[in-house]
Amino acid sequence: MTDVRVVPASREAIRRGADDKNSKQEFERMKKGTSMTRKQWLLSGFVAFTCLVSTAAGAGPIENYSPVTAQRLENPEPGNWMLYRRTYDGQGYSPLDQINTSNVKNLTPVWTFATGVVEGHEAPPIVNNGVMFVATPMGQVIALNAKTGDEYWRYKRQLPDDLFQLHPTSRGVGLWDDKLYLATTDDHVVALDAKTGKVVWDTKVQDYKKGQYMTLMPLIVDGKVIVGGSGGEFGVRGYVAAYDAKDGKELWRTYTIPGEGEPGHDTWQGDDWKNGGGSAWMTGNYDKDTKTIYWGVGNAAPWPGEMHPGDNLYTSSVLALDPSNGKIKTYHQYHQNDSWDWDEVEAPMLIDLQRDGRSIKSLVHPGRDAIFWVLERTPTKINYVAGWPFVSNDVWKGIDESGKPIVDPAHKPVIGKRVEFCPSLWGGKDWPSAAYSQKTGLVYVPANENFCGGFTGEKIPLKPGELWLGTKPEDIGLKAKPGADHFGEVQAWDPATGKKVWQHNFPKSQMFGSVTATAGDLIFAGGTNDRNFRAFNAKTGELLWEQKTNSGIMGMPMSYEIDGTQYVAIQSGWGVDAQRIQDALATNNIGIESNVPQGGVIWVFALKK
Amino acid sequence: MQARADEDPPGSDERPQKGDLLVFSEGEQEGKLITAANLPAGGPPVHAWPKDPKTSVVRSASRLNEILVIRLDPAELDEQTKARAVDGIVAYSAICTHAGCPVTAWVKSDAGDKEVFKCMCHNSEYDPRAGAQVVFGPAPRRLAALPLALADGSLSIAGNFIGKVGGAQPG
Repeated sequence: MTDVRVVPASREAIRRGADDKNSKQEFERMKKGTSMTRKQWLLSGFVAFTCLVSTAAGAGPIENYSPVTAQRLENPEPGNWMLYRRTYDGQGYSPLDQINTSNVKNLTPVWTFATGVVEGHEAPPIVNNGVMFVATPMGQVIALNAKTGDEYWRYKRQLPDDLFQLHPTSRGVGLWDDKLYLATTDDHVVALDAKTGKVVWDTKVQDYKKGQYMTLMPLIVDGKVIVGGSGGEFGVRGYVAAYDAKDGKELWRTYTIPGEGEPGHDTWQGDDWKNGGGSAWMTGNYDKDTKTIYWGVGNAAPWPGEMHPGDNLYTSSVLALDPSNGKIKTYHQYHQNDSWDWDEVEAPMLIDLQRDGRSIKSLVHPGRDAIFWVLERTPTKINYVAGWPFVSNDVWKGIDESGKPIVDPAHKPVIGKRVEFCPSLWGGKDWPSAAYSQKTGLVYVPANENFCGGFTGEKIPLKPGELWLGTKPEDIGLKAKPGADHFGEVQAWDPATGKKVWQHNFPKSQMFGSVTATAGDLIFAGGTNDRNFRAFNAKTGELLWEQKTNSGIMGMPMSYEIDGTQYVAIQSGWGVDAQRIQDALATNNIGIESNVPQGGVIWVFALKK
Repeated sequence: MQARADEDPPGSDERPQKGDLLVFSEGEQEGKLITAANLPAGGPPVHAWPKDPKTSVVRSASRLNEILVIRLDPAELDEQTKARAVDGIVAYSAICTHAGCPVTAWVKSDAGDKEVFKCMCHNSEYDPRAGAQVVFGPAPRRLAALPLALADGSLSIAGNFIGKVGGAQPG
């Protein structure tokens, strides 16, 4: 699989040191084999020197890079991970099985790499035929030899001084042909040359000064770079937009809130739609057979539903879009008139199910609204099939026949009165991804139980670029239920029957990391404040292996293969909402470790030989 | 930045300078001069922009100029903070040193009994009595401090920001 070759280290050293006289001299000395004392080494200040000592490190441009095509994205080689969830169906499943339930106890680190930045490291390492691309907070992309951990190049975006990042993170780079695509927190899409890390094009999407930003990994479909905007806490009007992978020209933009004259506009009153939220800050999934993108849409803004009466299409919904022109084919709204900050941005998984005696092409979405949704997708419609609560809640009294949840008004936030509700603002499951194993037929959910939230709604005028929640930020609460014996969970559900097969509880921690399934009948996940990375038996939930890492893990595990060896990779780097919940837990003084150290490291594991 | 600079008067995106006055940056009194009488003893802080008294330009074109002004008990201030204060009134950059969010809250600390400045983006807390040192959260360093003086009964700025304004950038 390694068809990657790098230019000799010495050439790179010449290139880097070319404008530095001292460096040149030292390079000459090295070539002649002149030995240097440690003191000279320390004094040299020669950046590329380490490249010479270690022949493999910092080796520069990648040769023989494998271009990414529509065919390769639609049917990825088992050893690669080139989309956010590896495949367009969003299942988060690797067909590799060298590492399995019987030998996972021998899993051991083979290399690590410090990213040099703090905050939430949420991206899956992306691997294309031996090359790994890692996106980190602060607009950084690192290209590495996936076998050795040696760096090829590093891109660092120079973010504006006056940018403020409510969610300082990135969820990955998209791949097409010989380029990479990064969506930035200052609201640009940037194309990088995969071989060198050089910027090929840079397109401004919207204005970061108005609270518009992006954190998602772009979805690449047939040469289109498809992104969605963040900013649900800033009173934006959400959108999904596509750019030409070649030159960065905008091809289409579809707002998640219909404008005047468009279907669904009448689910809003007055001008509420103009700042109604509906941000679309996670990567969509794609049905290659019907050529339909399924994209999750976030909460309505500001939070209390009283401030935007109506159903508020298409907030807290999934949109079915035509990738060629962005047209909305159909939609399903999970819940109406959102009032709890319950984004439904994780795109539903596309799963073929046998249910109630028939085959269903389903959409499965364990929601932030605490409901496990099973829907049916047809070329023109999305039908409600089933829904049930997967964590306890006091907001829904039930679900009606059409699939609309029935709300208990006592737990729906309003203006001028404090309202409490369970689960919390972060819901039953936030953005961290669930997974589906084609071998076990089960859906694995990183869930949170026993948390409640609350706030007092307040009419606060919108100022562009400033937080606009409809409550005072300091009023937002996260409470643990009295007597709670655990918080985080990994759950395994059979989507065909609605039965829970197993559950693993975390007594002292929230669960805030994506889960990934493999054909070795393993479930990999971090997500807890004890910094552990874990492997569970996919059939039984038995904890088979764990490794303490540098920081907490809120990223996505992935697996790849090179030269017959299966690897598992994860970024460990705590921050953003995992940290916010941690602060609330520490304040509640329920006996948990309050300090989760920050700072990102890429970890790669394989079986001990 | 450039596009805005065309519309904004010259000097409006320059950092606060010695001799600048302080005006309200929000609320009903937005744009009006802040005097000692406007500041309740013991907080909460008032949000301010610097204003050039010569040109009357309010330096509001960059959010990096937003300032927190608060009146505290002079006996609670440490030596360094006292030297920058006027009658217990101290001023700091309102930009959190972690991710650059605005520091908006004046609440009881998660780490003690005192009220502190708090950034609601990621919960960093700063103690204005002690040079805005970080008492909780991910912020890597203090808020930049702004020394104050009294000029004809009004508050004025006595020097440039002490410390770096804005969030952390990757190394």
